[in-house]
Amino acid sequence: MSYIVAEELIKQYGKGHATVTAVAGISFHINEGDFIGIMGESGAGKSTLLGMMGAMNAPTSGRLVVDDIDVYRLGQEQRADFRREFLGFIFQSFHLIPYLSVIENVMLPLAVVKASKKQKWAMAEEALDQVGLLDKARRLPGQISGGESERVAIARSIVNEPPVLLADEPTGNLDTKTTKEIMELLRQLNKEGMTIVMVTHSPDCAKYAQRIMKVSDGKLVGDN
Amino acid sequence: MNLKSITFRNLLRRKGKAAFVLAGLVIGVSTVVGIISFVEAMTNDINHKLEKYGANILIVPKTENLTLTYGGLSLGGVSFEMEEIREAELARVSSIKNARNIAALGPLVLGVVKVDSHKVLMAGVDFEVSEILKPWWKIQGALPDHNGLILGAETARILNLKVGDRVNIKHKELIVSGVLQPTGSQDDQLVFANLATAQSIFNKSGRVSMAEVAALCKDCPIDEMVKQISEVIPGGKVMAIQQVVKGRMETLEHFKKFSYGISGVILLIGSMVVLVTMMGSVRERTDEIGIFRAIGFRKRHIMKIVFLEAGIVSGLAGIIGYFMGLGSSKIAITFFSENHSGQVPLNFELAIGAFGIALLVGLLSSAYPAFMASRLDPNDALRAL
Repeated sequence: MSYIVAEELIKQYGKGHATVTAVAGISFHINEGDFIGIMGESGAGKSTLLGMMGAMNAPTSGRLVVDDIDVYRLGQEQRADFRREFLGFIFQSFHLIPYLSVIENVMLPLAVVKASKKQKWAMAEEALDQVGLLDKARRLPGQISGGESERVAIARSIVNEPPVLLADEPTGNLDTKTTKEIMELLRQLNKEGMTIVMVTHSPDCAKYAQRIMKVSDGKLVGDN
Repeated sequence: MNLKSITFRNLLRRKGKAAFVLAGLVIGVSTVVGIISFVEAMTNDINHKLEKYGANILIVPKTENLTLTYGGLSLGGVSFEMEEIREAELARVSSIKNARNIAALGPLVLGVVKVDSHKVLMAGVDFEVSEILKPWWKIQGALPDHNGLILGAETARILNLKVGDRVNIKHKELIVSGVLQPTGSQDDQLVFANLATAQSIFNKSGRVSMAEVAALCKDCPIDEMVKQISEVIPGGKVMAIQQVVKGRMETLEHFKKFSYGISGVILLIGSMVVLVTMMGSVRERTDEIGIFRAIGFRKRHIMKIVFLEAGIVSGLAGIIGYFMGLGSSKIAITFFSENHSGQVPLNFELAIGAFGIALLVGLLSSAYPAFMASRLDPNDALRAL
């Protein structure tokens, strides 16, 4: 059974003659445990699509259902809860909070979760261990490398064990060696049962995905 | 990790911004506290001094006659054969609710005596309380004992008497122990004797013609005191010397209003500093807020972070501002208080008020920035990254 269902998603910006269509009616199904790569040239609508899948960018029309939840029928605050419980995000520029240590950055999604300090620390340590950075838990983001920052971002996205991981160009700022390490890490997470949707420009990264969706001019032009 | 720790870490990272907000609020709060403490201390100081300006309540016997004197010019019809007040009745004044606000109570017995060929008005007074009731008196000579007299300046001139002279009044020989320097008041034309001596001369033992009361402080309404005294002396007519009282009160009120106006303006400026700084802080943190929203923070979580930040800085500003204001008012009062006697006591209510006002100003000024931050669309915020 499909875990994520998108039905005729359309996203338009502006009004009247100035209307720009970023996503022009995209439909797809994603099963639980899939590793999906979304590819396309710049401005094709990949990130807009990812934003809509991330419950952050309401479509002009269409429907997104995740785990039988019609995401955009939820109110804004319920969508925030949905993001916290169902989704993990990895951003191209890591977006770590510079004044928080590595482990505190990882714990960030738990800041609004009811759990003891001890439990939160244990969860964050486990996530850091998964990405191999437990020894650098006390460092600040400015004291670690780009690859390590990406690993911290991944640890942050999985700390509350969401079923879906959304990654926007996760290796865009990394060298080849580090890119490979990160992709291996994502593959490992996928093997452990996490559904991953990754936007990428890189054919090398796309090889890690089981299925590639190609987007052009806001339309799905390939799905295999 | 919780919202508080995020707030603390952010404050520590942005020390400069936090210090700027803190300084803005500290200046506002310390100015308000300083002004209020200063006004309070000055009010006490002024009240203390005003009490030395003499009597402001008169107790006279009830009478149906109208006085036919104006500006010292007598047109006849005035009689001293009026009802009198018993001294025992006067003692009850010390039992009124606001008794502690009475600085002095001076009984006075009046009568006409003949000195040589001149008729003169004699007043029997309690010379001990006269120092409080008539602080403007400057006596050439000394205060009299039971057989002494003090003459008004005009009386001494007309009767051609000086200190040490002897005067025979109703077969009683009295010595002039002092002469008043001109006061410009009716006192210049009187002869003053000890109360008991005068009562004996007039054969009015235990009775007085009137009494003067000196009372004034910031929390003793004269009108209320007049009412209280009237209740304990039903046979007397109690009057406040309204001009004096109102004048004193109005001066203090003007001073207070002006000070509070300035305090309000400074607080407004302080709140603008907080508003502008917090708005800037929210704009700078758009990316962070975008991340917070993306990973599932609700709007109220974002608002809580902004309010916590403002609350911590404002509370701290309230505490620092209170002590700085107190210190500055202590310094100021030494310059403004004539004899450097002004005291600025620790005021618990003012401390709580300063803390509360700082918190209120900080939180109210942060309400709009907090609202704006919470409304940040995560998608827009992340697109701006």
